[in-house]
Amino acid sequence: MIDRALDSPLPIDVAIIGGGPAGLAAAVELKSRGVKRVLVLEREEQAGGIPRHCNHPPFGMREFRRVLTGPKYAARLVARAQKAGVEIQTLTTVTDVYPGGELAVASPAGTHLISARRVIYATGVREAPRSARLISGARVQGVVNTGALQSMVYLKGRRPFSRPVIVGSELVAFSALMTCRHAGIRPVAMIEAGPSATARWPSSLLPRLRQVQLHTATRLVAIKGARSVEAAVVSGPDGQEREIACDGVILTGEFTPEAALARCGHLDVDPATCGPVVDQWGRCSDPVYFATGNLLRPVETAGRSWAEGRKTGEWVARDLADGLPQPAGSLRITTRDPLLKYAMPQRICKSQPAGGMGEIQMRVTARVSGNLVARSENATVWRQALNSRPERRIEVAIADIVSRVSEGTVEFSIEEAAT
Amino acid sequence: MPDAQSKSQAENSQIPSRDLFDVVVIGAGVVGCAIARRFTLEGAKVAVVEKATDILDGASKANSAILHTGFDAPKGSLELECIRAGFHEYQEIRGELGLAQEKNGAFVVAWSPEEMGKLDGIVAQAHENGVEDVHLVDAKTLQSAEPNLSTQALGAVRVPQESIIDPWSSPYVYLRQALDNGAKVYLSCAVTRGEFDGESWRLETSRGDLRARTVVNCAGLYGDTVDSEVLGDAQFAIAPRKGQFVVFDKAAHDLVKSVILPVPTEVTKGVVVFRTVFGNLAVGPTAEEQDSRTDTSTDQDTLKALIAEGIAKVPALAGMPVTATYAGLRPATDRKEYRIFPNLEKNWITVGGIRSTGLSASLGIARHVYRLYEGFGRRHDALEAPEVPKAAALAHLLPRDWMSAGHGEIVCHCELVTRREIERALSGPLAARSMGGLKRQTRATMGRCQGFYCSARLAELTAEKFEQPVSEGIGHD
Repeated sequence: MIDRALDSPLPIDVAIIGGGPAGLAAAVELKSRGVKRVLVLEREEQAGGIPRHCNHPPFGMREFRRVLTGPKYAARLVARAQKAGVEIQTLTTVTDVYPGGELAVASPAGTHLISARRVIYATGVREAPRSARLISGARVQGVVNTGALQSMVYLKGRRPFSRPVIVGSELVAFSALMTCRHAGIRPVAMIEAGPSATARWPSSLLPRLRQVQLHTATRLVAIKGARSVEAAVVSGPDGQEREIACDGVILTGEFTPEAALARCGHLDVDPATCGPVVDQWGRCSDPVYFATGNLLRPVETAGRSWAEGRKTGEWVARDLADGLPQPAGSLRITTRDPLLKYAMPQRICKSQPAGGMGEIQMRVTARVSGNLVARSENATVWRQALNSRPERRIEVAIADIVSRVSEGTVEFSIEEAAT
Repeated sequence: MPDAQSKSQAENSQIPSRDLFDVVVIGAGVVGCAIARRFTLEGAKVAVVEKATDILDGASKANSAILHTGFDAPKGSLELECIRAGFHEYQEIRGELGLAQEKNGAFVVAWSPEEMGKLDGIVAQAHENGVEDVHLVDAKTLQSAEPNLSTQALGAVRVPQESIIDPWSSPYVYLRQALDNGAKVYLSCAVTRGEFDGESWRLETSRGDLRARTVVNCAGLYGDTVDSEVLGDAQFAIAPRKGQFVVFDKAAHDLVKSVILPVPTEVTKGVVVFRTVFGNLAVGPTAEEQDSRTDTSTDQDTLKALIAEGIAKVPALAGMPVTATYAGLRPATDRKEYRIFPNLEKNWITVGGIRSTGLSASLGIARHVYRLYEGFGRRHDALEAPEVPKAAALAHLLPRDWMSAGHGEIVCHCELVTRREIERALSGPLAARSMGGLKRQTRATMGRCQGFYCSARLAELTAEKFEQPVSEGIGHD
């Protein structure tokens, strides 16, 4: 039934680009609010997104009140959406987005132009590849991201190496470690450039981690090898370079939103989040387009993306029924402080500040304490003590900011910072 | 991986033919492919031997993919003649072979008063080289043509016909045309020794003996070693020169339309900002002398410097995501000129030192080498109605496979590569037998995610196909 949905003459109320947790949650919410035709466009063979290849718990607490593995969780999300009457069109790629909700779509049956009253953009995140990290050395086989490793192991029953080095210690590095163990891959080391592991690892998993040595304050200098990886050159806390013999490198974390359609199309992109610029309803610079989930910013759990998707579904349903407030005259939210990774949403529609996300989300780039400060027109309008780490989400109530600023730009920074 | 091994052994079996070839071409780089095509079209019985598993695996695997007009080639040089002839023939055959070409021209941009002083000379040389439409433009004209170029640009030379092409699909189809018209190709086939009996050569290879009346050495980075080990005498030594590149996201594509060339110095042609026919914008190459003929490693500091240079010239590149980084090796020698020598006593033609203009000049070099061969007294009857294959349409302005029904699925989402394209690339006489070969034939994994999304599917589709597999089945050790 590949193209029945695309050929149907019925108008599409909402097209959702990406069938991961956020997109599927938005779709179900829209249907539950009586929106007629909701079409999820998923380029993979199966909807479900990244959890499809995270074959370990814990997924699903928030959504299904039970602990599931990723694939089971993904299957439930899909089943729930189908039951709700969402049309899921797999193997279908959106190749271009145009103003006003027109989408160029490619499927095995060819190309189509479809039009939707609203579009929700929910394409998620991916890890930065070797190239974008500008890693030195031989460009040989055996350097993969966690996502690629997991799809290879869990979806295809294959493994690319047997003795890799794991780079990074965000939560996803843990996921990589579990995947390795499942596939009989024995990592020889885990290296982390920071002074300690980035993620706080679930204590139940620590014994398993102990089998792989974690080298902190150690960075990957180069990759060596003739045809495939033979060694990772690392620099340790003493600044000395040494080689770790290995046959692969797993580059974990350093997530970036998969925002190609926005970047190459007509939507504004925020250089800080690398996702589309949105207001508190997730509405993009073209107000027919909304964004949700991890596309908004790197990176939150599947459960949180799902919750955001559900909210987005609610707001889009409201927009279709009554119209959200007009975006004109928004406040701009920015940060230029290198200690702050991003601030999202980037715009706040003032006419109804209480609606939508409720909070501005931020993250720090390094462990830091100090004062988080909001400035507008060279005056400090808001301030709060801050003690944070990169893996922690910072939330500032939008109402607190909007009550103090009427127009223009609000810039966040950290004062009296101690790292 | 026992399965993969038996597969590759089958393909690496002894050369079955006891035939005497008119010509054996050693090396399937861009020059070898073009020469195989030319000789085949002229009616010669041709074999190509390549030591790698896939063609275009040495110097030809990485370059800036520019089709030069020859405006800046050394006056009166063979290089100039070959570039001019190559450019001309490319125009003639691009329609029937389906070759990509974007003729957006180039600007040689002056960034200092000193460089401004050199522009007149560049125009004069271009005119002398027969590229008569080259002319000076002032800063204002340059800005209106390239509004994203830094306002530090003082002026430029306009070269209207400089073009960008697909650096892999073109040579692939050159060789394809040779094969479709009777030529043979032997891959994973290294030539180790040779004997000339006054009439013909017996070449010893890793896959058995091969006999040829004439040998054309197009071994690129190994041109000197093949000459010394097989012919017994090398008149030059290869001094590999590495060039690193940074490829920016497709979002950068529209920032610059023309190829942005620097004013060359005595030492180097300098770093270029250029579009690719795949819809990216790239910056490079560096020029780094090295001993290794295989080391194409990249270096973080150098890549950062390239990005900085790109941003200095095109400020809007600041913050642009990097899609890919790569490095290529040019087979340079101690001299600038091509080292093309016919050896009449030994029926041997050396085509060496094609250091940086090989892609542009290859078709012209092939014609030149065929004339040298005729000088040996060889004559054939040119094919009257040769088979004309079509090149893979990978350039973004060509009708891509994903646009037509029946492609199965889009496997590589970033570059929109279909399962049909992958399956096609994994079959036939030039079937990809390495990930590198598959990338060059399809562009799979060459986009912004570099395989995050499609590596697993590719591992599945290529299982048992590659000499060096990208993965193995779990539980089959």
